[in-house]
Amino acid sequence: MQRIGVFVCHCGSNIAAAVDVKQVAETLKNEPNVVFAADYPYMCSENGQQLIRNAIKENQLTGVVVCSCSPRMHEATFRKTAEESGLNPYMVEIANIREQCSWIHKDRMTATAKAVVLGRAAIAKVRLNAPLTAGESPVVKRALVIGGGIAGIQTALDIAEAGYPVDIVEKKPTIGGKMAQLDKTFPTLDCAACILTPKMVEAAQHENITLYTYSEIEEVKGYVGNFRVKIRKKARYVHEDLCSGCGVCTQKCPSRKGGNEFNLSLDKRGAIYIPFAQAIPNVPVIDTEQCLKFKTGKCGLCQMNCAAKAIDFSQQDEIVEQEYGAIVAATGFNPISLDKFGEFGYQTYPDVVTSLEFERILNAAGPTKGHLERPSDGKPPKTLVFVQCVGSRDTSGRGKEYCSKICCMYTAKHAMLVREKYPDTEVYVFYIDVRTPGKNFDEFYRRAVEQYGVHYIKGMVGKVYDDGAGHLMVRASDLLANEQLTISADMVILAAATEPDKTARSLATMLTASMDTNDFFTEAHPKLRPVESPTAGVFLSGFCQGPKDIPETVSQAGAAAVKVIGLLSKNKLKSNPCVARSDSLVCSGCSNCEKVCPFGAITYTEAEVNDGTGKEIRRIAVVNEAVCHGCGACTVACPSGAMDLKGFSSNQIFAEVDAICR
Amino acid sequence: MQITKTIKKLVSEGKADRVFGWKKGELGFDTEPALFTEDFDSVVYNSLCGANLCKYMINETKKDGTVLLLLKPCDSRGLQLLTKEHRVRREKIYALGVPCRGKIDVDKISDKGIKGMIDIQENGDTLTVVTLYGEQTVPRQDVLYEKCLSCVGKEHVGCDEVLSPELSEDTTVNDRFAGVTALEEKNPEARFAFWRSQLSKCIRCNACRNVCPACSCVKCIFDNPSSGMDSKANADDFEENLYHIIRSFHVCGRCTDCGECSRVCPEKIPLHLLNRKYIKDIHKLYGDGDEAALLTFTKDDAEPSVVYERGEGHA
Amino acid sequence: MPMNENGEFTPLIVAFCCNWCSYAGADLAGSGRLAYPAEVKIIRVPCSCRVNPTFILRAFQKGADGVILAGCHPGDCHYSTGNYYTRRRMTLLFSMLEYLGIEKERTRVEWISAAEGAKFAATMNDFAAKIHELGECKRLEDLRCK
Repeated sequence: MQRIGVFVCHCGSNIAAAVDVKQVAETLKNEPNVVFAADYPYMCSENGQQLIRNAIKENQLTGVVVCSCSPRMHEATFRKTAEESGLNPYMVEIANIREQCSWIHKDRMTATAKAVVLGRAAIAKVRLNAPLTAGESPVVKRALVIGGGIAGIQTALDIAEAGYPVDIVEKKPTIGGKMAQLDKTFPTLDCAACILTPKMVEAAQHENITLYTYSEIEEVKGYVGNFRVKIRKKARYVHEDLCSGCGVCTQKCPSRKGGNEFNLSLDKRGAIYIPFAQAIPNVPVIDTEQCLKFKTGKCGLCQMNCAAKAIDFSQQDEIVEQEYGAIVAATGFNPISLDKFGEFGYQTYPDVVTSLEFERILNAAGPTKGHLERPSDGKPPKTLVFVQCVGSRDTSGRGKEYCSKICCMYTAKHAMLVREKYPDTEVYVFYIDVRTPGKNFDEFYRRAVEQYGVHYIKGMVGKVYDDGAGHLMVRASDLLANEQLTISADMVILAAATEPDKTARSLATMLTASMDTNDFFTEAHPKLRPVESPTAGVFLSGFCQGPKDIPETVSQAGAAAVKVIGLLSKNKLKSNPCVARSDSLVCSGCSNCEKVCPFGAITYTEAEVNDGTGKEIRRIAVVNEAVCHGCGACTVACPSGAMDLKGFSSNQIFAEVDAICR
Repeated sequence: MQITKTIKKLVSEGKADRVFGWKKGELGFDTEPALFTEDFDSVVYNSLCGANLCKYMINETKKDGTVLLLLKPCDSRGLQLLTKEHRVRREKIYALGVPCRGKIDVDKISDKGIKGMIDIQENGDTLTVVTLYGEQTVPRQDVLYEKCLSCVGKEHVGCDEVLSPELSEDTTVNDRFAGVTALEEKNPEARFAFWRSQLSKCIRCNACRNVCPACSCVKCIFDNPSSGMDSKANADDFEENLYHIIRSFHVCGRCTDCGECSRVCPEKIPLHLLNRKYIKDIHKLYGDGDEAALLTFTKDDAEPSVVYERGEGHA
Repeated sequence: MPMNENGEFTPLIVAFCCNWCSYAGADLAGSGRLAYPAEVKIIRVPCSCRVNPTFILRAFQKGADGVILAGCHPGDCHYSTGNYYTRRRMTLLFSMLEYLGIEKERTRVEWISAAEGAKFAATMNDFAAKIHELGECKRLEDLRCK
């Protein structure tokens, strides 16, 4: 027999002004099983909670109904209050008589009557509540970071520093990501390699970090604290443990036709190659599409010249299985393809390049050794035109509707670097708006304009074309002067919009993490939980969550690491006890529930069942409580009613319906 | 008879140790489901074998050995559902498809005013009904079950062997959804009146549920005192409605349209009109996928408001 | 027939709201003081996909004049796919109820996010007005309970 206490809160005058709280308490006292009813100005205050605690003890209450604000506000508070008096926290129900009643109904009689009905429904429900205990599951104290750019490296370093093992999986042959391809970084103009490569080395040498480069995620199973991941280590055809990184093989390779990815194919590389000088690991990889040995069966020069005997043409992909407590997505971004932007002539004219290509041209380790030379004839350009927002803030459907965020600043950087090193150049920047929020950002942009004399023109470029004499012509509008311009340019640099890496979507599917329509990972809360995915145990770092520059990426990477460390520092995870349960006596094992479960929480087993008609081996559904999120989809798919949801059982909901419709 | 020969052969080959089929009924000319462990000569298969036997397999396959099951095309779809939902141990069944040219509804013969039936003889498209008062002939087509006149198709699914499929004949004369469409075209008051007049006849004998291959729960929600839904009998108008609304919803997307519910209803309630309404809606809204309609979705499914938007008298 | 003091019909409306979006939307309507009729009574469920057709029928059986389900917008489900199942289930169920002659305006599904307090109030006002127009639900009611 339940003994229920009802506690009606005034919420100052928030409730009491519209609801006759005394009458509500009096009326509800007559409900079946109610043995105590009281009202109090602030039930959530320490004194109010003390009143509840005392009442539970003095009246041996088995159930508590608090008529107050929304359960989304104080359900947790009152559950804790109950627990402090030895009552199971799940024996508490809230009747929301503030948001759903006093705040919206002005008439005192109407509001009071409704408050009574809402209280009755809560009493009807709590009468059928059962004590629930949160399940516990162990936490595997190891983290996985997917993506080895600056975001992934920083997250991994921070986790590793806290003492937890962490694996980085990077699909390219080296870690470093986009930042490794950059020349200088805004707004301080320090060189990207100078600040990144020490971090890469640190990651490689850290005792808690394991690198899986040239590797991809094959499968993710499990749940927060207990993920099981299969990693495919693609065959490099070079044994990492044997290779000394001497690079002789890369020099001996006779194939020279492969586009050098690191330099965005502005130059060529061998079929066996190390992406760049400071690559980590410093181990070559064979491009089988270019390699003569793979194509024709003849050659093998690299193998003959390898003193370490590290080259193995028969190497196969390897699948590594590992368990993790937490997973961080740090999959980064790419510039969009400019196929749909024919007006800029990117596909037609070699001297029209993207900003990332321009980074390589400026870089001392790039295809031009850092000399500003245009791709068509290697001559130094005199007039350079930068075009911003190529595909960003684009509502035509060709590009992206969002602002790529980093382009304004890197374009200012490029313009400045060019004018600094080559004062005899003319530099134009076409922009829609210049957006420079950030520490020292606007000052940086103003330096480009004021100190370096870069010509900023508000307006879009309409067309880039050849004047017939081999000169690139840029036709654009100057919106402030309200005139059409035509500039003869030696080079045009396009700030192509950014987009999340293509692998992110398939990864999101494996992680059951959600994405927005632009394929950016969705955060659990856009403001308050920005580095967590809605899927427990999955965290977000860097550009994959939304456009970010390096300082923002590094801060977010650190934030994601802190969340991971917080998770891994726990020995056990408590799970929501309001999960589905299957009644083995009633379950028919039809598999319908399994088909609608979004989390794969339901499995089947052959079990001995005795429903009073004799023992029988039956196929029955089993809910993994650690995986179930408690949505209840299965309960409706189950025709027999064998599947029910703890805390929101069918009988509880029937009781609420009955109480309301009484 | 070809079927008896095949049965004997299959049993002698060890494919099965018993047979589930039909035997002569109490009236002499009718048939009823029966299990045979010997005397396979008494297995009957004729146009009076309307009953779908697949549901018996739930209990039959709990026993040892393998059972040879005779299946009409519509029955085979039921067995397929039971197999998919793990309700039968399919490996313990040898499914033998038997040809079908529609089954005869004896009540339809009685409805023609023919009394004192002793025997029914088939002669092509004509039936000779032998009665105490002499012989009468009836066109076969006139007395087929409703389920046969709107047959889904004569192809067997998932059988281990199909016997003489060339003997099956298409008996479909009606648009399967004509009955549903006719009701949809009425106004809500008329529809309500129709269903009230039909469902008020329900005596809750549960025959519809017991015969249905989709109603295979170990314990029905209506029989389970702890389900909050239990009701062994209809206490009032509402419960008459409730039972049939919930039952049809539970089989929604899974119903094979075998028509057994209507066939077995002693009150002749056209229960298939409920199931077919769901089937019609599913076809229209979600197409004919293999997956049960309620166990899957697409991101651009119709909104529930389509029900309001299509207006009155839609079809 | 339930009446208020002015002798007007006051219907009974049960609203099943998912915890993450629509219940929060109702909270937002409350904190914004956006009124809707007191006859709307909310039952909190974790997800709209928890709502079994039996709950809806039970409400009608016990005398509800209208039942509304509110959940996260398709694509925004807290459990990622729950409301997609709701959408199919309710589409088919409502179509069946209509087929049985139950006025279709008595059942409704709305997608209301946690940010849509105004939409919550507007939806409830609109639904209540419809039910007012229809009057008492006589076709699906357990007469014993009156």
